[in-house]
Amino acid sequence: MERIPILKMGPFLLVTIQVDLYDRLALNLESDLINMVSKTGARGVLIDISAVSIVDSFMGRILGNIATMSRIMDAETVVVGMQPAVAITLVELGLTLQGVHTALDVEKGMELLQEKMGISEHPEQDEEEDQDDSND
Amino acid sequence: MQIVREQDVVPFRNRVRELSTKIGMSLVNQTKLITAASELVRNMLKYANGGKVLLETISKNAQAGIRLTFTDEGPGIADVQQAMRDGFSTGKSLGLGLPGAKRLVNEFDIKSTVGQGTTVTIIHWKHGR
Amino acid sequence: MDNTLAKVLQNNKKKILEIWMQNQLSDVSLRDDLISNEELRRQSEELLSGLAHAVANGSTENVHAPEYEQVTEILSDISITRARQGFSPRETGMYVLSLKKAISQVLEENYNTQPDVLYKSLLTLTNLIDSLSMVTFETYIKGREEVILRQTDEINEISTPVIRVWEGILALPIIGTLDSARTQTVMENLLQEIVNTGSSIAILDISGVPAVDSLVAQHLIKTVSATRLMGAECIISGIRAEIAQTIVHLGIDLSNIKTKATLASALHLAFSMRNVEVRNMNKNKGLNLSR
Repeated sequence: MERIPILKMGPFLLVTIQVDLYDRLALNLESDLINMVSKTGARGVLIDISAVSIVDSFMGRILGNIATMSRIMDAETVVVGMQPAVAITLVELGLTLQGVHTALDVEKGMELLQEKMGISEHPEQDEEEDQDDSND
Repeated sequence: MQIVREQDVVPFRNRVRELSTKIGMSLVNQTKLITAASELVRNMLKYANGGKVLLETISKNAQAGIRLTFTDEGPGIADVQQAMRDGFSTGKSLGLGLPGAKRLVNEFDIKSTVGQGTTVTIIHWKHGR
Repeated sequence: MDNTLAKVLQNNKKKILEIWMQNQLSDVSLRDDLISNEELRRQSEELLSGLAHAVANGSTENVHAPEYEQVTEILSDISITRARQGFSPRETGMYVLSLKKAISQVLEENYNTQPDVLYKSLLTLTNLIDSLSMVTFETYIKGREEVILRQTDEINEISTPVIRVWEGILALPIIGTLDSARTQTVMENLLQEIVNTGSSIAILDISGVPAVDSLVAQHLIKTVSATRLMGAECIISGIRAEIAQTIVHLGIDLSNIKTKATLASALHLAFSMRNVEVRNMNKNKGLNLSR
């Protein structure tokens, strides 16, 4: 069964979705990601969907779920790089992804997460500076 | 085109994409059409264990368009009006599938008989109007 | 009777074509600036042989029958090209109607001794040509509509400019009524420009929108939501007093959208969101914008 790799970058988790997701794959991603958050104690989740051309209500719900679940575990979720056509379609569909933060690209998403952590917490540097990538 | 498994959805989307590219549909309209199709295919898989989709190119008033007809032999929908309302779902979902799909395409028609199945027809024009 | 017409058409094709061409060429309204005589002749010949073939094989009652497909196709083709080339409806109509004149002339020559046959076949001919001219007009109008549609697209395209006012800040003045087609274009242009420039703030200025009803408001809210999904913020500016009034009276909720009265104050807000400071320079050198 194919899976979407999850990369760990410092206190954040980065997921880049490169393939068209079918439902099972998306559900797997949801549980994998939440497991990773709890295992690593990540403070933020970045989901890069710049290569995704279709986001339907199911996929939208998964993104919302990930955000809500992560928030309960004290991690913020940022969805980055949504295509204009996808954004227009989602709005038309009636799905505005409330509670999900968005950013234009990974870099801006990273900034946003850092900012969020800085405001919500007293500024403390994370212990682990080294970046170890771990795939699932 | 037969849709019986979840894995059939991706090739199906690609077929719709190919077809809409061929008639020169813009990216946004393509995305809308494919998203709507994706919602309807999901419904078909979830409630009727799959079904058939007919893909056609049509034209009206010198404008090309695509018509997709989704036919299943599932349990049918008891109250179509209720199913078309935002936020209504008998399964565990957002209830955006049918009404959302309707908003995304130019023409939408649904016929359903309880116990016999459901047929949904959607049409999207090249220029989206 | 149909046989008479078919026979005459078959046997006198050349002659009819000659008379028809003469009629067309002698017409003062002939647009030899738009179409060459050879081209006209070729078109006419094609149409005439198609017609002769159709009449010989099918009824004259129904021009939508399969036998007439070739004829209607040629005719539609001619009408559409003429519509695009800028022929007037009269010139396009005359083309088909002058054919009637030509055929009836030949009919008359052949059957002037048999009035009843002549009468019957003339009647058939009239009905047939009338139906065909209907086809011509339908397609002519269709051709014109295509031209209009294309122009509408062009207007839509040029009427929604996206302006880059500052690094990371886009402004989009909307002028005229916002309908759903327009909103679509506005959204597409705006979102694409956000991607192209990597801007994080967009200002929608609606000073040029004559009225805001619940539908327009809905379109605005959609645009703002879509911008937000992309990861950018949207500010709506240029809300006039009467627009504010209608918005409240209609019970439209804009509370989670940033709104400003003028473009200037929206820009101000955008600057502060991006931590840009605007201040006067001491030496009276005008405005200095510094990061």
